Amino acid sequence: MTIPSLEEIIKPENLVYEKTDLMTDKALSYCPGCGHGTAHRIIMEVIEELGLEEDTIGIAPVGCSVLAYEFMNIDMTQAAHGRAPAVATGIKRCWPDKIVFTYQGDGDLAAIGTAETIHACNRGEQIVIVFINNGIYGMTGGQMAPTTLPGMKSSTSPYGRDVEMMGNPLKITELVAQLPGTFFVTRQAVHTPAAVRKAKKALKKAFENQKDKKPGVSFVEIVSNCNSGWKMTPVDANKWMEENMFPYYPMGDIKVDGQLVK
Amino acid sequence: MGELKLMKGNEALAEAAIRAGADAYFGYPITPQSEVIEYLMAEKPYERTGMVVLQAESEIAAINMIYGAAGSGKKVMTSSSSPGISLKQEGLSYIAGAELPCVYANVVRGGPGLGTIQPSQADYFQSTKGGGHGDYRQIVLAPASVQEMADFVKLGFELAFEYRMPVLILADGVIGQMMEKVELFDQMPRLTDDEIAEKYPWATTGKKKGTQRRIITSLALQAHEMEAHNMMLQKKYADVTEKEVRFEAISCEDAEYIIVAYGSSARIAQKTVELARKQGIKAGLFRLITLFPFPSKALQNLCKQGVKGFLAVEMSAGQMVEDVMLSVRGCAKVDHFGRFGGTIHTPEEVLNALKSKIIGG
Repeated sequence: MTIPSLEEIIKPENLVYEKTDLMTDKALSYCPGCGHGTAHRIIMEVIEELGLEEDTIGIAPVGCSVLAYEFMNIDMTQAAHGRAPAVATGIKRCWPDKIVFTYQGDGDLAAIGTAETIHACNRGEQIVIVFINNGIYGMTGGQMAPTTLPGMKSSTSPYGRDVEMMGNPLKITELVAQLPGTFFVTRQAVHTPAAVRKAKKALKKAFENQKDKKPGVSFVEIVSNCNSGWKMTPVDANKWMEENMFPYYPMGDIKVDGQLVK
Repeated sequence: MGELKLMKGNEALAEAAIRAGADAYFGYPITPQSEVIEYLMAEKPYERTGMVVLQAESEIAAINMIYGAAGSGKKVMTSSSSPGISLKQEGLSYIAGAELPCVYANVVRGGPGLGTIQPSQADYFQSTKGGGHGDYRQIVLAPASVQEMADFVKLGFELAFEYRMPVLILADGVIGQMMEKVELFDQMPRLTDDEIAEKYPWATTGKKKGTQRRIITSLALQAHEMEAHNMMLQKKYADVTEKEVRFEAISCEDAEYIIVAYGSSARIAQKTVELARKQGIKAGLFRLITLFPFPSKALQNLCKQGVKGFLAVEMSAGQMVEDVMLSVRGCAKVDHFGRFGGTIHTPEEVLNALKSKIIGG
């Protein structure tokens, strides 16, 4: 068998996939196996497919994705911890024809930024909020998050989350779905090719809603892994996520076109 | 001559924001400055000029709306009073770090804590020495009249965009609440979106094909990068100190004793100077207009002229007096007088303090 040369392989007819130009060439700072990189990529692909890149402003949070602006090749603003929905509000109110989205983790969106999240959703800001929920504080080294599951171990719940002492996990996605200012609320994952396809479809709907000036926030939660914080291999982390996170945070649409569907 | 109106300081501030061509105001109510957002909501600037007005869920949200909008090149303003300004410090530190322009007003009330709703000047340290975390400065303008409440909005935006840094209008409950005649400057046009994109290449207005993307951030993970950024900021602050000092010297030419004051304390002290002069005391008033940059050189020059003593008069336990001492460097006597916690001193009390602490002391 003759091995084809590189020139023979790299031909236009063989090209089935290429990296979007809306991702920079910088190596991702995320741990191997982490879902952030995939989430970044599909958001950027959606923006490119919808032709929105020249009019989009993204907001990076504080957390593992604080450096999202290093990877997303569009205009970006880095927000203080939890304040991304307020920052997005400031931009969107002044530039109603631009596309504005936030990219936030669970600590950012559902702990320190709860007020900003709820009020931006309740005012019905025409923005997209992408919420990465991995049930832990990744960047600071695996502390308990507002979404850490009951009994789940973290560096600040080393014997497992005791809900009587530490309170309950916050299902903020179900909560914001109740607000009249949200238009589309969904929960997705990016741990399998099928899940990635579904998540990308949901993100596309979210950005289309904003493009079409649909009233209110489009809110996309992505339940993701944190193999480093959970202290598991990437494969084990994904299995653990399916067995433990998904029952607590069930997949699927919660609100579509302003109507609750769950 | 511009339009003449009888207005509260807070109303003049709000009207001036519209006339200065501001794109947005984001705020949260707090006494004694709630008239700012009330006036704007009643005035419907979105119909007059297209200016956005939004009541945020908190001062924290309001300052972050400012951060976002300023980062996208818009001319934006917020205002609050002492406890609310404390809440804004995180956002202000980010604004300073990311080098964004904005104007904000603090209509100071007595503190600490929830304090009182009466006027005070006890936020001087917070205003001039940083307030939030990190090595940063902001330009601080101190209005002493309703007229200056209006004028300093216009000046504030000019300075904020020239130096890309926050500009604070440091008023107090007296200036915010009292009514005076004010001559309003004419309506200035708001910049169009295209003008903003052209004029402010640093602003996040959407990355056009073939252009460099814009990133608004205050983060640098490498210490040497952060140090370089800080050195650049310090250079800018030195430049501001060199060029933007503002003050007013009243009856200082032949003065032996000088009262240093700003805001409503300066108005009170002006009366004190009149009373002193009637009694044959050669007193003068040195009114600070910029608190940062502080007019140190001008005070040093007064020392060289032979001024024997300076009395810092402020509605605080003694904050601005430290900068007076640092400025004159021991060449003349310096002391402090002021009522505080929401109480206002009278011209007579100030005169007695001048006599007992500076002239006779």
